[in-house]
Amino acid sequence: MLTNKNKNMSTLRTPVGGLDHKKGKSSATITLVEYGDYQCGHCGEAYSLIKKLMKHFPDELLFVFRNFPLQESHPEAMGAAQAAEAAALQNKFWEMHDLLYEQQSQLNKDNFIYFAESLNLDIDQFEKDYDSENVMSQIESDIESGIRGGVNGTPAFFINDTRLDSYDETYESLEEAVKNAER
Amino acid sequence: MILKKGIPAPDFELNSTPDQTLKLSDMKGKRVILAFYPADWSPVCGDQMSLYNETRKIFQKYKTEVIGISVDSKWSHLAFAKAKNFHFPLLADFEPKGKVSKEYGAYDDSNGTSSRALFIVDENGVIAWSYLSPVGINPGADIIIDALEEMDSTDNNVNK
Repeated sequence: MLTNKNKNMSTLRTPVGGLDHKKGKSSATITLVEYGDYQCGHCGEAYSLIKKLMKHFPDELLFVFRNFPLQESHPEAMGAAQAAEAAALQNKFWEMHDLLYEQQSQLNKDNFIYFAESLNLDIDQFEKDYDSENVMSQIESDIESGIRGGVNGTPAFFINDTRLDSYDETYESLEEAVKNAER
Repeated sequence: MILKKGIPAPDFELNSTPDQTLKLSDMKGKRVILAFYPADWSPVCGDQMSLYNETRKIFQKYKTEVIGISVDSKWSHLAFAKAKNFHFPLLADFEPKGKVSKEYGAYDDSNGTSSRALFIVDENGVIAWSYLSPVGINPGADIIIDALEEMDSTDNNVNK
């Protein structure tokens, strides 16, 4: 009668795989997954903490970003996620990701195209991909994997597949978590 | 102690907007998630109610509606729902303060707010599942979806 009997609520349900956006060395021993929203201010703060963290653990840490746009609260979050995924199809995911967070107060469709131009993307292709089924289904599957993995807000972090509940919006809480992670 | 599975859900009628009320017994025939929560205006982006606003479509796949309940006033709820673009009702357990929350065992005396308690009321108005989360921890939507899945599988077994 019980479904999902063996499931631990705070464990990543969908393992890191080929479709994920990864940053760091493939030999890295610790994986940090973030479920984030480009229009969420708390994610914007986490963005700079992650940058610092990657510099501190350049060999050990693999960072993965998954989309979790809160579309009802953040009207531009979905579009921003689409822009990042469309850029990914031209191998510029992280460049777009960084731009979106660095220009977080400027999120709108016109600017997504402007960002794409500044990254020298093929704009016709970018616009086609932006609304494509491919991009939408990638975002939907991120959201679903997040909800079913116990993401309860943004940003939500998982270290080596276990939800990080000790993150308190400080760099130290992330650093501590990485140090304590099993290698 | 929150009310457990098998107990008929106490009926109530609370303001859902400044000039409208919602009565639980009017929702008979539908499944309802009652999400008691401490307060409007939580400082995090993806707070519990914002999350349920996003997962509402998933709940509806299980023919289930979600309702939020806190001791905030109908005016606070109105502003909160508008700011966050909520598409589901927030009920004001405001006067007498926390009366409904207390009936469900979902009142936190030390803070003077509702606890973070979840209930699924089935089509017949009986509590089918309940869960009390530590007040600082947003329980997310996953455990609710699990409970709904389990209810569906039980229903199917009965029908066989």
